[in-house]
Amino acid sequence: MDNYLLIPFLPLAAFFVNILFGKTLIRDKSHWVSLFAVVCSWVIAVMTLFEVIGGRTVNRDLYTWIVSGDFRVSVGFLIDQLTAVMLIVVTTVSSLVHIYSIGYMHGDKGYYRFFAYLSLFTFSMLMLVMANNFLQLYFGWEAVGLCSYFLIGFWYEKKSASDAGKKAFIVNRFGDFGFGLGVIMIFLTFGTLHYAPVFGSVNGIVGKTVDFLGLQVDLPTLIALLLFCGAVGKSAQLPLHVWLPDAMEGPTPVSALIHAATMVTAGVFLVARCNPIFVLSPPAMNVVALVGAVTALFAGTIALVQNDIKRIVAYSTVSQLGYMFLACGVGAFSAGIFHLYTHAFFKALLFLGAGSVMHAMAGELDIQKMGGLKKHMPLTYWTFLLASLSISGVPGFAGFFSKDEILWRAYASGPLGHLLYAIGALTALLTAFYSFRIIFVAFHGKFRGTHEQEHHLHESPKIMTVPLLILAAGALAAGWVGIPPLLGGGEHFAEFLAPVVGHAKGEGTHAEEWATMITAVILGLGGIAAAAFVYLRKSTLADTVAGRFSFIYRLLWNKYYVDELYDTIIVRPTFWVAKNVIVGVTDGKIIEGIVNGVPRFIGTLSSWLRNIQTGMVHQYAAVMALGAFVVIAIVLFW
Amino acid sequence: MVPLHWYLLLSSAVFVVGVAGFLTRRNIIIMFMSIELMLNAVNISLVSFSRYLSDMRGQVLVFFVIAVAAAEAAIGLAIIIALFRNKATAHVDEANEMKG
Repeated sequence: MDNYLLIPFLPLAAFFVNILFGKTLIRDKSHWVSLFAVVCSWVIAVMTLFEVIGGRTVNRDLYTWIVSGDFRVSVGFLIDQLTAVMLIVVTTVSSLVHIYSIGYMHGDKGYYRFFAYLSLFTFSMLMLVMANNFLQLYFGWEAVGLCSYFLIGFWYEKKSASDAGKKAFIVNRFGDFGFGLGVIMIFLTFGTLHYAPVFGSVNGIVGKTVDFLGLQVDLPTLIALLLFCGAVGKSAQLPLHVWLPDAMEGPTPVSALIHAATMVTAGVFLVARCNPIFVLSPPAMNVVALVGAVTALFAGTIALVQNDIKRIVAYSTVSQLGYMFLACGVGAFSAGIFHLYTHAFFKALLFLGAGSVMHAMAGELDIQKMGGLKKHMPLTYWTFLLASLSISGVPGFAGFFSKDEILWRAYASGPLGHLLYAIGALTALLTAFYSFRIIFVAFHGKFRGTHEQEHHLHESPKIMTVPLLILAAGALAAGWVGIPPLLGGGEHFAEFLAPVVGHAKGEGTHAEEWATMITAVILGLGGIAAAAFVYLRKSTLADTVAGRFSFIYRLLWNKYYVDELYDTIIVRPTFWVAKNVIVGVTDGKIIEGIVNGVPRFIGTLSSWLRNIQTGMVHQYAAVMALGAFVVIAIVLFW
Repeated sequence: MVPLHWYLLLSSAVFVVGVAGFLTRRNIIIMFMSIELMLNAVNISLVSFSRYLSDMRGQVLVFFVIAVAAAEAAIGLAIIIALFRNKATAHVDEANEMKG
C-alpha cells in the first residue's frame, strides 16, 4: 500500500514521455507507454483495494503546498473505502479504454497526442479521487475538465469539435464558480481545507447562519449548495447538462472514459465525499434529490427520439447520473456510488460498442441508416445487448442491483421519496425503451445505409472486442457485490462504504421492498417489450405516434429548446457586450487611448523640447553664462 | 603694498574679457584661448587671496589648475585638429551635427 503514490504518478510520467518524445521518437508505439503506466496503476489499485478491505486506510500529507498566513494546504492523499472504489473504477475503465483505443485510433495522425492526453486525464482523475483536501480536489477537478476540453476538441480541425470543447469548458465555468465559492466558504468557516478536520468539526456549524447577498442563509445549506453547483456542472445535471451531448464530438473511447464512466461521475463522488456537510442540511439534500430526479426524467425523454447513437447514450448518461444524485439526495450515498460503479461498466460498454459500430460504418452515427448489424458484428451486438439489459434493470445484471437499491432507498426515505420513486421508476421505463430502441433499430431489421457501407461492414478487430468482452463481464457481474438482503445477499458494497458515507436512513417493510422492486422490473421489461413492439412488429407506429403528437415530438427532438434558450439569454448578449462594449469601448477607446496616447504625448513633448538643443556652441555658452549670472545674483542679493 | 582689490579687479577684467570673447567669437581657436583666459583670471584671484591670507593652500591649488589646464589644452587642441580634419573649418557654427 505504501506504493500508492505510483497510482497517479505513473500515468503522469507516461504523459510527459509521450508529449515530449511521442511526436518524434515513439510515434505509433505511444500506446505502450500509456498502457504500461495505467495497467501498473490498476494492479496497485487492486492491491490497495484489498488492503482497504483488510481495514487499512491512509491519510498522509506529502508536502506543504501553500502557506500564506493562516492558509495552509498540503498535497496529501486519502485512501479510504470510497477512494478505493473510485480507484478501481477509474483504473479499470481507463485500462480497457487504452486497449480499445489502440485499435480505434490506429493510424490517426494525433495518435501520440491522444495517448498523452489519456494519461494526463487518468492522472488528474486519480488526483481528484485521492485528494485529502478540497484544494487538491479542486486541482483534479479543473485538470480533468482541461483534459476533457483537449479530448473533446481532439479533432480540432473540425469546427463542431472545437466548438463542443469550448462549450464544455465554458458551461463548466458556471458550476465551478459555485464550487470555488464553496471551497472558500469552507475555509472561512473551518479555517482549513483538509477533509479530516473539516468533517470532524462539521457539527459545530449546525444552525449557524451567514449573510449572503443580504439574506440570512443557513450555513450548511449554503456550503452544500455551492459545492453542489460544481457537481451540477461536472456531472451535466439540469440546468448545466447542455455540454455533455455535444461532447460526443470527441473520439468515442474518450466518451466512454471521460463522459460516461469517470469524469462526469466526479460530481457524485464530490457529494458522497462531502456527505457530512450535506446531511446537515435537509433543504440541500432535497435540492440534490430533486435535481437528480428531474434530470433523470428530462434526459430520458430526450433520448427517446434522438437518432444519433452516441447522443442517445449521452442523454442516457445524463439520466443515469440523475439517478445517482437522487440516491445521494435521499441519504443513500452508498447506493449512489454503487450505481456509479456499475454504470461505469455498462455505460463504457455501450459507448465502446457504439464506437465499434461507427468503426464498421465509417463514422456513421445515425441509427436510422443502420439496421441488421447483428449478423455482421455478433460480438458487438451481444455485448451491446448485455449492457442494455444491465442498464434496463433486468434482474441479475449489474444495473438491476444498483438501480433497485436507489429506487428502494428513495421510496423508503419518506413522503418526498415516494414522488422521487415514481419519477425514478418512470425513468426506468424510458431507459429500457430507448436502450432497446438502439438495439432494435440498429442491430435488427434490414440494413438501410448505402451499398458501400454495407460492403464495408465488419466486426472490429480483437484489440477492440476484447475490452468489450471484459466490460460485458462487468456489466453482468459487477452488481453481485451489492445484492440486497431481500434477495439473500449481504449488501457488501454498502457495508464496505459505511465507514465513509454511513448507512442510508429510512425504513420499510419487506412487502414494500418487494413491491418497489417488482414494479421497477416490470416497468423495465415493459419498456423493452414496448420497444420491441414498436420497432420490430409495427415499424410504422413510431412515425404515426410522432405525427400525432408532433408538438411533443418536436419539443423532444429539439431537446426542449434549452440550447436555443441559452443562446438567446446568454450567448447572444455576451457576444453583444463583447462586440459593442469590450471591443468598442473598453478596447477601442480606453485601452487603445492609453496605449496610443502615451507615446503621442511623449512625442509632442520631445518635439517641443528638442528646439532647445540647437547644436550652436555659443548659445549653450550664453545660456550657461546667464545661468551663472542668475545663480550669483541670487547668492549675492537674496 | 598693492591692495587686494586691484588684483581682484584685474582678475575680473581678465575673466570678463574671456567670457566676452567666448560668447562673441566663432573661431574655435579664439574661443579656446578665451577659456584659458578665464582659467587664469581665476588663478590670479586665488594667488592674491593666498598672499593676503598668508595661506599657501591657494597657491597649491593654482599649481593643480595649471597642471590640469595643460592636459586640457592638449586634449582641446587634439579635438580642434580632429574637427578641422573632418570639416576643414575652425568655425563652430558649421559644426552643428548635435542639433536636435
